[in-house]
Amino acid sequence: MESLIGLLVAAPLLGAAVLLCGGRRLDRAGHWLGTALAAVSFALGAVLFFDMLGRSGGERTLHQHLFSWIPVEGFQADVAFRLDQLSMTFVLLITGVGTLIHLYSVGYMEHDARRRRFFGYLNLFLAAMLLLVLADNYLLLYVGWEGVGLASFLLIGFWQHKPSAAAAAKKAFLVNRVGDAGLAIAIFLMFTTFGTFAFGEVLAAADGAGEGTLTAIGLMLLLAACGKSAQVPLQSWLGDAMEGPTPVSALIHAATMVTAGVYLITRSGAIYDAAPNAQTVVVIVGAVTLLFGAIVGCAKDDIKKALAASTMSQIGYMVLAAGLGPIGYAFAIMHLVTHGFFKAGLFLGAGSVMHGMNDEVNMRKYGGLRRHMPITFVTFGLGYLAIIGFPGLSGFFSKDLIIEAAFSAGGVRGWVLGGATLLGAALTAYYMTRVMLLTFFGEERWRHRPTATPAEPDVEPAAGRGAAAPGRASGQTAGQAAGAAAEPHPHESPRVMTLPMIVLAFGSVFAGGLFNWGEAFVHWLEPVTRFEHPHPPLPIPVITGATVAVMLLGVGLAWLQYGRRPVPVTAPRGSLLTRAARRDLFQDDFNHAAFVSGGQHLTRSLVYLDHTVVDGAVNGTAAAFGGLSGRLRKVQNGFARSYAVSMFGGAAVLVAATLLMRAV
Amino acid sequence: MSGFPLLTATAVLPALGAVATAAVPAARRAAAKWLALAVSLGTLVLAGLVVARFDPGGARYQLTESYAWIADFGVRFELGVDGIGTALIALTALLVPFVIAAGWHDADPVPGERPAGRWRPTQGFFALILMVEAMVVVSFAATDVFVFYLFFEAMLIPMYFLIGGFGDRAHAAGEAEGAKQRSYAAVKFLLYNLAGGLIMLAAVIGLYVVTADQLGTGTFSLQRITEARAAGELTMAAGTERLLFLGFFLAFAVKAPLWPLHTWLPNAMGESTAPVAVLITAVVDKVGTFAMLRFCLGLFPEASAWATPVVVVLALVSIIYGALLAVGQRDIKRLVAYASISHFGFIVLGIFAMTSQGQSGATLYMVFHGISTAVLMLVAGFLISRRGSRLIADYGGVQKVAPVLAGTFLVGGLATLSLPGLAPFVSEFLVLVGTFSRYPAAGVVATAGIVLAALYVLLLYQRTMTGPVDKPEIERMPDLRRRELAVVAPLIALLIALGVFPKPLTDIVNPAVEHTLSDVRQTDPQPELPAVEAAE
Amino acid sequence: MNPANYLYLAALLFTIGAFGVLIRRNAIVVFMCIELMLNAANLTLVAFSRMHGNLDGQIMAFFVMVVAAAEVVVGLAIIVMLYRSRHSASVDDASLMKL
Repeated sequence: MESLIGLLVAAPLLGAAVLLCGGRRLDRAGHWLGTALAAVSFALGAVLFFDMLGRSGGERTLHQHLFSWIPVEGFQADVAFRLDQLSMTFVLLITGVGTLIHLYSVGYMEHDARRRRFFGYLNLFLAAMLLLVLADNYLLLYVGWEGVGLASFLLIGFWQHKPSAAAAAKKAFLVNRVGDAGLAIAIFLMFTTFGTFAFGEVLAAADGAGEGTLTAIGLMLLLAACGKSAQVPLQSWLGDAMEGPTPVSALIHAATMVTAGVYLITRSGAIYDAAPNAQTVVVIVGAVTLLFGAIVGCAKDDIKKALAASTMSQIGYMVLAAGLGPIGYAFAIMHLVTHGFFKAGLFLGAGSVMHGMNDEVNMRKYGGLRRHMPITFVTFGLGYLAIIGFPGLSGFFSKDLIIEAAFSAGGVRGWVLGGATLLGAALTAYYMTRVMLLTFFGEERWRHRPTATPAEPDVEPAAGRGAAAPGRASGQTAGQAAGAAAEPHPHESPRVMTLPMIVLAFGSVFAGGLFNWGEAFVHWLEPVTRFEHPHPPLPIPVITGATVAVMLLGVGLAWLQYGRRPVPVTAPRGSLLTRAARRDLFQDDFNHAAFVSGGQHLTRSLVYLDHTVVDGAVNGTAAAFGGLSGRLRKVQNGFARSYAVSMFGGAAVLVAATLLMRAV
Repeated sequence: MSGFPLLTATAVLPALGAVATAAVPAARRAAAKWLALAVSLGTLVLAGLVVARFDPGGARYQLTESYAWIADFGVRFELGVDGIGTALIALTALLVPFVIAAGWHDADPVPGERPAGRWRPTQGFFALILMVEAMVVVSFAATDVFVFYLFFEAMLIPMYFLIGGFGDRAHAAGEAEGAKQRSYAAVKFLLYNLAGGLIMLAAVIGLYVVTADQLGTGTFSLQRITEARAAGELTMAAGTERLLFLGFFLAFAVKAPLWPLHTWLPNAMGESTAPVAVLITAVVDKVGTFAMLRFCLGLFPEASAWATPVVVVLALVSIIYGALLAVGQRDIKRLVAYASISHFGFIVLGIFAMTSQGQSGATLYMVFHGISTAVLMLVAGFLISRRGSRLIADYGGVQKVAPVLAGTFLVGGLATLSLPGLAPFVSEFLVLVGTFSRYPAAGVVATAGIVLAALYVLLLYQRTMTGPVDKPEIERMPDLRRRELAVVAPLIALLIALGVFPKPLTDIVNPAVEHTLSDVRQTDPQPELPAVEAAE
Repeated sequence: MNPANYLYLAALLFTIGAFGVLIRRNAIVVFMCIELMLNAANLTLVAFSRMHGNLDGQIMAFFVMVVAAAEVVVGLAIIVMLYRSRHSASVDDASLMKL
């Protein structure tokens, strides 16, 4: 069985290699090859899963040692895999959702001339992500970590001819690199402290190390997690990442890659348990991000950006849970999985809507689509109910457990965290209801649309979007590019796209209940993450009731604002908070002021200094020698008698020197 | 000692090839190219034999040869390689065929321009490249300080002509200005390195005097001196040792190049053709860092330990400074040059971290940086030859018209920013771990370098390759030709292969690094919790 | 007679010759002054030979004479050529010894 683990990674890697190097010959069948290899990976994962179920709790961890990667004196890095319950959960999520999204992309990218390459990148992503969760040591995890960053870079910038996409891709990679540097430093610290960075040894020895060291490691790992999972302060890339094709947003920026930070924190649980200060920071980051994302999500008119803000917020929940220690790890992972289902479903739904609306993303130009896209409406709606935590659906179970755990953090901390999570739940209900109402209900604002609506800061005009999709519906693209804003004809997407949406909707509905059946999920993970029952200061039904109440409150507020009265196509100016949220609470302005402009000045002045001072010193020396030799040249005037004088003078000096030396 | 003098052969073959190539008649340019390529491939075979015959578990220096040369000064023509030398000879022999193939048309006479007199630029170009190869091989193999010095300096002559004599005709202000800049760059290169070399000459003589004083007969033999020092026969006063160390180190720091002695490199790499730029940064400059490892540390262990803090700081400054300047460049080739300065900072940092990870990492870094820069620079050269401009602003959207070119450029860039899975990651991580375990603060600062590396690489890629195609010159740009792909593809394959499985190389390098560390009497810092495995 | 007196004479002759070289402009006179210096050197050699009682100095003097003769041949030829081209034998008229 162990030998299958490597194949799990190898299958999509092979797909990536073949698709990216294969050339145009593969254009016709490449997407099916990519999908098939993702499915192979999923099948392998399923086989391993059932094999794992067949063994008892203590013997479920499998190891596969492939080869020694970097053997240097005292530094042993191996290519070795570890498949335990935690990685198994991720494997199934990644390959399962991954396969579905491959399938969806077959339809979504149908008219893109570079579809083969798209599938190559997707397969590359799968391989890197599987490597990330299967690695047996932090260094190999780092390989997967940067590998998914690369895949994300390639996919965000897939439509490279759009400057905004290229810039977003670069931004994502760069911000992630900051996090990666944190992971690298954490690995250095582990190496100097434990002499190794294999999971087994580091985590077993974590108790023995000094708390200061562990706090440092914990904070560095958190930095890495912040980068990958778009947590404050490294959150700014996720919104821009929506420049990528929608399946990418669904797979990478909702279901799998962005949750890698939660995986990292959960995996390193032993380190955090021994470093309470680091845990506190984790919790704070989670709480801040969950509110940050939720607030931003309330103001976005771009459907994908609203969903991206929501992703950020939901991951904030997971990070918060993971920061609570053994009472939260399992809940964090559980929410991660259910979120994987419903958020991927929501993104696919959004993609389906865009597919039918000429790639329009501004929700203010949607409306009343439920009649035109029934399947999309139902699947999206189920995802919506799941994410707001409607009782009985997946999100209800997983989010409610996190809220309970947050209250159980103890003392004031528990009340603050619990309050934050409840507020987040209300906001989630509000912004998701808003998305739902704007898109599927109300009047059909895309009809008889006045031409050339003035662009507001956050929403790009249709012309920019139209140029965004190469090759797709070229006639319409040309029409939109001309600013004529042809009226869209919303239609349901082909079956290859709706099928994955339906499957994910099933997941959104049932996964939570299934996981929570007799605490099945918690016990499944317990050998890896350990588990302690939370003891909230309030009775559990009260918390649950409060959760449902704030959810209904959020829904009601949104309905009052967007359901009862018509929505203007052009966004109103809005309150100060709305405008701030629309600008992502000034995250980019802050980064620009703090790093970008300062950095630009620094590099410019350094370029100048290098030329004038460092190189200037060199050229100055050269010029000084040149000047000196110019002077000296004048001594050589060509007159024989002047040479004779210097000769005699020199001889006289020599004689005098000799005599002096003798005398001394 | 016995058997076929393999190392000499590896050096003599390209030297003879250079003479033969130069002698090809003016009309037979193509023959000269093929001859040069064949010779470089032959050298590659010989270098392969060197690697094959080298036994990692064997003596420190292997394949040794020793011939009497200038008996009066105790100079013997002594060659021998340890793992580090083997790896670098392999790198040199590997890269030169690619350099030749990439520069296939770089020295062709310009149509319409009649070559003056008997000057045969094509023959000269390839002959000079082979000459450089021969001298670099001797430098990597020399175990006699004098022999090393001689070839270290002699290398400047062919390099001077390669930089000054051949350009890419892509200067913004026209060819006349380009020629002026080229000659400035060549003179700057020569003077900088000569100045360093002269200081080193003084130190070489000083070393001879010290050995003559204490051992009775003066010697330049590295092995003899190291052994005598280990046995206590040869002791140097701290002041003497430090002065001699500085003399050697300055020359190597110019060559490496280390901040603030770096300013010749951007000029030299910017003005020369891309293959020559590769030759400079990937091959010739490696002699500098190699010599730090072999001569500075081997001959002057105490002084090396004394200088370490300053050198570490200079290396850190190089890393950050080079990266920041790379961000601010407007010229593609100068950008790569500043990136190289940053990378040389990593190499020096790894050497002077004095840990086995750091020094193994530094050695691997030399090899991997050679390959990755070759990919990036050669593809940049192909790009520049298409558009006739080195300015980043003159590009944009290349990816759309020439996807293969853009893809290979991206791979080269990703290797430059040390993406895991590609070879440079292995070396960079080792250097960082090795540095961190001895100097945590330095390790953290150097880690910031990897973020900056991502910045300059991705900015370059974004500005040249992505975006809309809005320039007619780019619309007509052809994708990589078969010859160009044949140059780049094997190098990329090598980057991936060595990134996934660097063990063959680490096996060769590790014993040599242990020897070097024992020379400087350093041991690795031990982890705080060494008893982890016992506790389990 | 005290042999040291020969040395004083030689020194005097040498000084006269040196000053002549530096002061006079006429190439012929400069030339003659050089000869004077050479012969002063010869005189010194012979005087030392006598003082130390061996022949080394005298042999050296013969060498110097031969060299001086050769020098006269070359030097006079140069002067004649110079005079032909410039119609002057003044050394200050020619400053050709520079780039």
